[in-house]
Amino acid sequence: MSTTLTKPLHRFSARHAARLPLMVTATLLVAMFSIGSVQYEGFFSAQVLLNVLIDNGFLLVVAIGMTFVVLTGGIDLSVGSMVALSTMLTAWLVEQNGLPLALAVPVVLLVGAGGGALMGWVIHAFEIQPFIVTLAGMFLGRGLCYMISTESISLTDPTTTRIAQTRVLLPGGLFVSPAVIIALVVLALAFVVLHHTRFGRTVYALGGNESSARLMGLPVGRTKVAVYAVSGLCSALGGLLLTFYMLSGYALHAVGMELDAIAAAVIGGTLLTGGSGFVLGTALGVTVLGLIQTIISFQGTLSSWWTRIVIGGLLFVFILLQRLFGGSRQAE
Amino acid sequence: MTPPDDTGAGGRPVRAPGTRRLMEHRLFWPAAVLAALLVGNVVFTHDFLAVRVQNGHLYGSLIDILQFGAPLILVSLGMTLVIATRGIDLSVGSTVAIAGALACEHIATAKDPGSLSTVLSAIALAVGVAAAIGLLNGFLVARLGVQPIIATLVLMVAGRGVAQLITDGQIISVSSSAYKMIGGGYWLTLPFAVLLAAALVAVTSLVTRRTALGLLIESVGGNPVASRLVGIRAVGLLVMVYVVSAVCAAVAGLMISSNVSSADGNNAGLWIELDAILAVVIGGTALTGGRFSLGGTVLGALIIQTLSTTIYTLGVPPETTLVFKALVVIVVCLVQSPAFRARLSRRRRTAAPDPASAAGDLTARRQEVHP
Repeated sequence: MSTTLTKPLHRFSARHAARLPLMVTATLLVAMFSIGSVQYEGFFSAQVLLNVLIDNGFLLVVAIGMTFVVLTGGIDLSVGSMVALSTMLTAWLVEQNGLPLALAVPVVLLVGAGGGALMGWVIHAFEIQPFIVTLAGMFLGRGLCYMISTESISLTDPTTTRIAQTRVLLPGGLFVSPAVIIALVVLALAFVVLHHTRFGRTVYALGGNESSARLMGLPVGRTKVAVYAVSGLCSALGGLLLTFYMLSGYALHAVGMELDAIAAAVIGGTLLTGGSGFVLGTALGVTVLGLIQTIISFQGTLSSWWTRIVIGGLLFVFILLQRLFGGSRQAE
Repeated sequence: MTPPDDTGAGGRPVRAPGTRRLMEHRLFWPAAVLAALLVGNVVFTHDFLAVRVQNGHLYGSLIDILQFGAPLILVSLGMTLVIATRGIDLSVGSTVAIAGALACEHIATAKDPGSLSTVLSAIALAVGVAAAIGLLNGFLVARLGVQPIIATLVLMVAGRGVAQLITDGQIISVSSSAYKMIGGGYWLTLPFAVLLAAALVAVTSLVTRRTALGLLIESVGGNPVASRLVGIRAVGLLVMVYVVSAVCAAVAGLMISSNVSSADGNNAGLWIELDAILAVVIGGTALTGGRFSLGGTVLGALIIQTLSTTIYTLGVPPETTLVFKALVVIVVCLVQSPAFRARLSRRRRTAAPDPASAAGDLTARRQEVHP
């Protein structure tokens, strides 16, 4: 009897529960930017925000791939090492094998997508938990980096350095890097794919309830393999962007990036249990993480490892939020 | 269906019943792999198995494996209990780093670094903080129902930041003979670390196998809902296993930092979580929970340590061991996966032209063993 009364209320709060973390994130973003502007000189400018994108374009791309996986209720712990492997592979192919960049890029992207698809296939075909398969992928990736070289390989190839130094000028004396443009294009593509294609709907359905999705006749296996392939492809692309950003390949690049990517998705309102989330929220999440770094660097007295601790703390808070406000969904 | 007998097609005896029982023992395969690794090492290094006494201490590759493997055995011990509850603890590597950093920082800033009281308070500090880490993980998993991977991933990455914070980003060296004892000392001719690990394994085995605790843990891992219905307090049990796991990791962290007399927030215990998971899985504990084997875990940890030692002795760059370990994880998980077994046996059946042939017979028997 009380169910009939509370049901609309439940539905109302459930609908808001999905958007609540996003609202919290937006508020957080505004608060952080305001506090930074009041606290530090030179903080209040559009270029500071653009710099956040320039410094985190690769993370945005990686986090978009992660969002696909998390939406299906899975997880991909291999992204950080896939990024490192891409930087290493690019540097090794271009610098030590003299391969033109135009050939190295597709090779790297293919390795990323192929590796992701392989992991997805193992997860689906043999019903092994995603985290163990991708954890193995994470160590495999790092190990392969070390097999290429234990040292950092710096890139001196003229084409690469030229691209790395390119600035895309915007009105008002502002500028961004090409990586930002690429990241935003990926974001737009991901938005269209997730919200306006059959594949996107299958991703959400799969995360909502896998057996229901299967009973509805949705291609569960194909979609699962595809999302891990997307994540692998995004990691490889993110790795390429990082290569241009760092101008080097190194096995210890992007250590812990899996947490950053998961945190960005979660802070952006994607449910870790899958089925609900927004890829545009992930972009907000990446901006929050980037602003933390900016504030820490403006503060000057704080060490860089505070970034990791703050990101961990934020993830913790948002997981709590998800449980507190997503509880009604589970109770139904 | 006729019950499986020991004769194959044509009445030939396939295996003696004793051998088969031995092979079906859950510790058979881990033990066989360990033995094979040791034999392989003897082929490459002739005095591999030699153990000699020097200054009243035992020396030799076998002792090295035990000593360097002791931290891994401890971390895997805690991990086994966590995995038995269908969980996972990715934060153990960071806990190792935090424990070592705390203890070394405490000793380095103490007035009397060599005294026993300083070392004991350092140990208490490290273990206490680790217990708090375990409580946090347990709270997230048991009370809030967060997936164990996510709950422990927070500390896996943020914990390294905390360790860096404690050591201020430096490698802290300590010179304390009392502290050196934990990871590098000898007692009764044996490395103290080995004795400590053995004692903790023994205590854990006794507590989980001689009381109902092990059964309760398996019950929660096997079917959480049914366990709750029969009145098992799953929340307390879950929190407990995460605390045990963190404390085991802390003791391992003390051993590691004590052995090298320094704390390195960045590299101490790096990637030990994979080794621990690998040890547990090789030891026959399924990642799906509900069943665990401490003996298997110890064997698994020894296998991994022997593999690492072998790779060092063969002169392969040690970083590439990650590749081998990752491949072993996948293979072991595949072998454990029912879907993989089903696929394999299906393929074998189609490969056999005559179902009554020996191959078909074998497939049928396999399916009876693993339905």
